[in-house]
Amino acid sequence: MAHEETVYDALDHAHGGEGQWAFGTGFDDPLAGVDTTIPEGVDAADLGAYSLMLGDDALVLCQRLTEWTTRAPELEEEVAIANCGLDLLGQARLLLARAGAAGVLGRSRQTATDSIPDEDALAYFRDADEFRNHHLVEVDGGDYAQTLVRLLVASAHRLALFVRLRESRDPVLSAIAAKGVPELTYHRDHAARWVLRLGDGTEQSHRRAQAGVDAVWPLLADLSTATDVETRLVATGVAVDPADVREEVRDVLTMVLERATLTVPEWPADRPSPGRAGEHTDEMGPLLATLQGLAREHPAATW
Amino acid sequence: MSAPTLDRPDAAAPDEAALQAHFDATIAADRRVEPRDWMPEAYRKGLVRQIAQHAHSEIIGMQPEGDWLLAAPSLRRKAVLLAKVQDEAGHGMYLYSAAETLGADRADLTDKLIEGRQKYSSIFNYPTLTYADCGVIGWLVDGAAICNQVPLCRSSYGPYARAMIRVCKEESFHQRQGYELLMTMMRGTPEQRAMVQDAVDRWWWPSLMMFGPPDDDSPNSAQSMAWGVKRHSNDELRQRYVDMSVPQAAALGVTLPDPELALDPETGRHRFGQIDWAEFKQVISGNGPCNAERVSRRRAARDDNAWVTEAATAYAAKHAS
Amino acid sequence: MTGPVTPSAGETTAEGGHGAVPTGPEVPSGAEPSAATARRDWPLYEVFVRGKRGLNHVHVGSLHAPDDEMAVHAARDVFTRRNEGVSIWVVQANDITASSPDEKDPMFAPAGDKVYRHPTFYEIPDDVPHI
Repeated sequence: MAHEETVYDALDHAHGGEGQWAFGTGFDDPLAGVDTTIPEGVDAADLGAYSLMLGDDALVLCQRLTEWTTRAPELEEEVAIANCGLDLLGQARLLLARAGAAGVLGRSRQTATDSIPDEDALAYFRDADEFRNHHLVEVDGGDYAQTLVRLLVASAHRLALFVRLRESRDPVLSAIAAKGVPELTYHRDHAARWVLRLGDGTEQSHRRAQAGVDAVWPLLADLSTATDVETRLVATGVAVDPADVREEVRDVLTMVLERATLTVPEWPADRPSPGRAGEHTDEMGPLLATLQGLAREHPAATW
Repeated sequence: MSAPTLDRPDAAAPDEAALQAHFDATIAADRRVEPRDWMPEAYRKGLVRQIAQHAHSEIIGMQPEGDWLLAAPSLRRKAVLLAKVQDEAGHGMYLYSAAETLGADRADLTDKLIEGRQKYSSIFNYPTLTYADCGVIGWLVDGAAICNQVPLCRSSYGPYARAMIRVCKEESFHQRQGYELLMTMMRGTPEQRAMVQDAVDRWWWPSLMMFGPPDDDSPNSAQSMAWGVKRHSNDELRQRYVDMSVPQAAALGVTLPDPELALDPETGRHRFGQIDWAEFKQVISGNGPCNAERVSRRRAARDDNAWVTEAATAYAAKHAS
Repeated sequence: MTGPVTPSAGETTAEGGHGAVPTGPEVPSGAEPSAATARRDWPLYEVFVRGKRGLNHVHVGSLHAPDDEMAVHAARDVFTRRNEGVSIWVVQANDITASSPDEKDPMFAPAGDKVYRHPTFYEIPDDVPHI
């Protein structure tokens, strides 16, 4: 048995003692020990609002991906999708904690008691109009093809942002982005591999993949227009202008779809993101009701 | 039997008795049986069934807790639960792998599960009614599983034993996270404490049933023990589990729902009440609260997504170089 | 052939699962066996992992994947917790040639050079008891 023990121990060791978990998701205070001082010349409210945008995208997409747990095709996919969900959940916790540390808590503290940490107050005690995620991540995921097309689009876009965000003047955002880049690279690659196989697989899978593309593509309209918050933070070197990554994202998506023998729809006309302004689709309500129901039933509880 | 030698005419054709003797010697010396070794057909078939049912239990066992994933009440708990449910998928994979070394096929075993021709642990046919159930599953159900599984790390069949080493490493963490959730809830609101006690009341007896029927109603145990497939009797493991759980319950501040539960000062072990085996047989025969739902979800995962599996196969065929 | 007696019908033991599962013969059910399932399944891959530099690659298990690329990708997910620093080999189980000390095994002589006894070498109907 010694031989096997050696290889497992080495794997465990490489994960700094958290090897027993599927992924080194930290389970304690996500920003413990990190200096959360707001950099000079940066508006705290803006920084918090921006953190919320990025955090909400991750949290809501995680929720959609997690809907596949116990229902995914093949066990290998079960594990892969859970991995993506865990990464996004980790990013969401860090970003919501950052928003809280910057003092942006909205109305959440009116109901959440003091025992509830900032990131949970924000995740569980805000209403839909206070969420800042794009519609791209909140709409119902459809079948596995549409789920993976959405994951491809969302991760290609987020990766392009995070690569640049590593240079942010906010050390916390910079650190979160540095941690997120390899994770998002993995998500994008996983989704791209599947879009290739579904697009260029069977007649049925091709039809489903194309339908997924056609359903997801209009949502690209929301991704490239900076909000006022982002524009101000770009000027102070904290945020990334989403317009700057538009071409790169388009190139990546076009390349994958063409190789997958799928038709690339026309890129929709850009518009300001309604989600970033707190306007959401009808599907957001039920999503939040499921996410938040239990926590809201027990606002004084600790878990 | 007379053995065909086919493409190896030079090979000696040992008779069955010699092969059996060789196998018996391996078991007697507490050495591991490996996939290419000759083994009695009954040993192979019994192992496939045991490992497959173990694997099915891991996969079906994702569902009771998985039902709370979308509603977990904090982001930390959500991460813990997602990681745990994912681990269970991994455990299922390790175990199906072990079964495949014996000539089984994972898709075929999955079909047998879905068609009701192979079973899984009956414990997963009980519903998870509150979030405290997630904690109790970790503490009691995973705790019982650990008692059952640790001896299997020394199973006579090598691939099974090796899979169990990995499974057990992760399982102990599962138990601790469950207990930690319960401790946190016990320090919380009165409603939370009531939730924990209610969950303990519902899961305690089913967890005792996880060790199987009493030894005097378990005619197969002798053969399993002789083969080194099973290392301890059902009652022995159950007793060990009760003795472990009683002080843990006390530390937690919950009551175990058994008025007869008491320490026997002479033996230092706990006496406990009679298990309702009629209920056990009902649940294991498919009449538990959630049997149909558990299996139908596996069926849907297989059938509704078959086109995904097929697409990847078709792509691989097109692009094979 | 003769061999040790198989478990008696309906018996239940504890060690087959997360907990108690029956290890008697498969439960009879109305459903027909799915022997003729037309589904095409992904091939079986064996996975070898080098936990860190200085160690050998070690066999850690197997998985199913449609092709080599997906196999190595899934192996990283399942067996290394996506540790990028770990070297992984995957190979289709069918492509491994094996030998073992007990070459005198007469039952599987035609498949004597395979790592495992593969399903195709067994065509035992499920409803045959005590085989």
